[in-house]
Amino acid sequence: MTKVPLRQAGLHLRRNIANKLMWVCCILATLLAIIPLGMILYYLLLKGIPSLSLNFFTQLPAEGGMKHAIIGTLVLIAISSSFGLPIGLLGGIYLAEFGNNKTGAVIRFTADILASVPSIVIGMLVYTIVVLPRHQFSALAGGIALGIMMIPTVTRTTEEMIRMVPMALREAALSLGVSRVRTIFTVVITAARGGIITGVLLAIARIAGETAPLLFTAFGSRYLSTYINKPIASLPKQIYDYASGPYTAEHAQAWTGALVLVTLILILSAAARYATRGNSRLVR
Amino acid sequence: MSLTVVPLASPGMTDSHHETDVKMEISNLDFFYGKKQTLFDVNIEIREKEITALIGPSGCGKSTFLRTLNRMNDVIEDTHVKGTVLLDGEDIFAPDVDVVALRRRVGMVFQRPTPFPMSIFDNVAYGARINGLARGANLSELVEKSLKRAALFEEVKDLLQQPATSLSGGQQQRLCIARVLAVKPEMVLMDEPCSALDPISTARIEELMVELKQEYTIVIVTHNMQQAARVSDRTGFFLTGELVEFDYSTKLFTDPRDKRTEDYITGRFG
Repeated sequence: MTKVPLRQAGLHLRRNIANKLMWVCCILATLLAIIPLGMILYYLLLKGIPSLSLNFFTQLPAEGGMKHAIIGTLVLIAISSSFGLPIGLLGGIYLAEFGNNKTGAVIRFTADILASVPSIVIGMLVYTIVVLPRHQFSALAGGIALGIMMIPTVTRTTEEMIRMVPMALREAALSLGVSRVRTIFTVVITAARGGIITGVLLAIARIAGETAPLLFTAFGSRYLSTYINKPIASLPKQIYDYASGPYTAEHAQAWTGALVLVTLILILSAAARYATRGNSRLVR
Repeated sequence: MSLTVVPLASPGMTDSHHETDVKMEISNLDFFYGKKQTLFDVNIEIREKEITALIGPSGCGKSTFLRTLNRMNDVIEDTHVKGTVLLDGEDIFAPDVDVVALRRRVGMVFQRPTPFPMSIFDNVAYGARINGLARGANLSELVEKSLKRAALFEEVKDLLQQPATSLSGGQQQRLCIARVLAVKPEMVLMDEPCSALDPISTARIEELMVELKQEYTIVIVTHNMQQAARVSDRTGFFLTGELVEFDYSTKLFTDPRDKRTEDYITGRFG
């Protein structure tokens, strides 16, 4: 038998060069990918900090604040979560536990399509079915539009997370004389909770920054309102209005609003990461 | 079972080998995964407060058999059974049988420890809570009693609120046994409960099984023939879906009737 020689000078050199080259390419690509994020954060801090003050959080536009938009965004998140989360979570549980059939495949496919529908189209849909009949832009309409957007994200992440729970854990609960449904709601969901919370937080982070579906549903407002049947302000819409206006003071406000919005989303994403970390510790 | 010899000819038979009542009677049991038959006409009587061991090479159907005894195979799609399994004379496959109730009476411990992602206390309390067996002080008492029976209490009494996953593998397996005992079953099925454990943990669980026999009927599937010989009263030898031989363990391991059993226990195959 001929042995493969351990020293092959030319080949070794060529492999080393190829290796180094690929390594450099990967690093460069990674850097390029994070440059836009770095620039966004840089400009937001540069332009947003000057107008950042306590007033920004506690005052209305007349006194240079965005209290109404911050509260508006929270109200919209509350409305959309109130129905988007239950539907999304239950849908995900159904798909993971009972969805290995045709119905499941259809629902899964539909959820994937819904996830890729442009958000403005969802806004138009809600405009047609909620705003037009009542002749009234409203927080409710905005919340419905955002809630519809949450459903597919929450459904699919919940499904994935529940599927990752080992079958042995389900069987262990069943073998204690526990019904299928109770097993799901006590053991399976507990085991998958970290991942499910991550999915929920990411879905909220996603809708918190949406503008298009709110344009003709929640509409926007310069006043503080928490009525669900009245137009309501939101951070993204307020930023859009200020940024497209003629006044420098409003431009500055828009930058600060953007800084606050991005910070909010970063906090949600960080919380999502933290939740997942807890999950990997609990599930073996 | 042989009609001629069994009780008298069993060497090493002691007084503990008095005949107890039949707890579970399995007759003409066939099992199918889709079209493929994996168990063929299995007949066994499992006696009360005994340890029945099931041995055989991988894929011989012993685990499948064990899982039919509390209908755990219902979970797997496209499977079906023929034949009867009587628990205290009642057919467990009868259409009006509630599997949830069946599994409360016939608990199961699995190959790998399966602690739930909650505290040690909550793990043991889980089944009892859901089945409404105890609450408050009674629940704490039940948890303590179950942990003591599973020979785990001394090691975890100050850690009850810690996550169960922080325990070692052997401790986790005893926790799973405590969890089953807390729902007060009559039978405990054990599917290779020691195969993921080190020898010391294995020895502890074997001692535990012999203890538990006072109150429970135990069926254990094991790869380990020494283990079967050490702990069990009777042993069944499975080969390619058939029960080749079923007898007192003392008899089966020293003087098997069937050539295939002899070949297997002497290590000629498997």
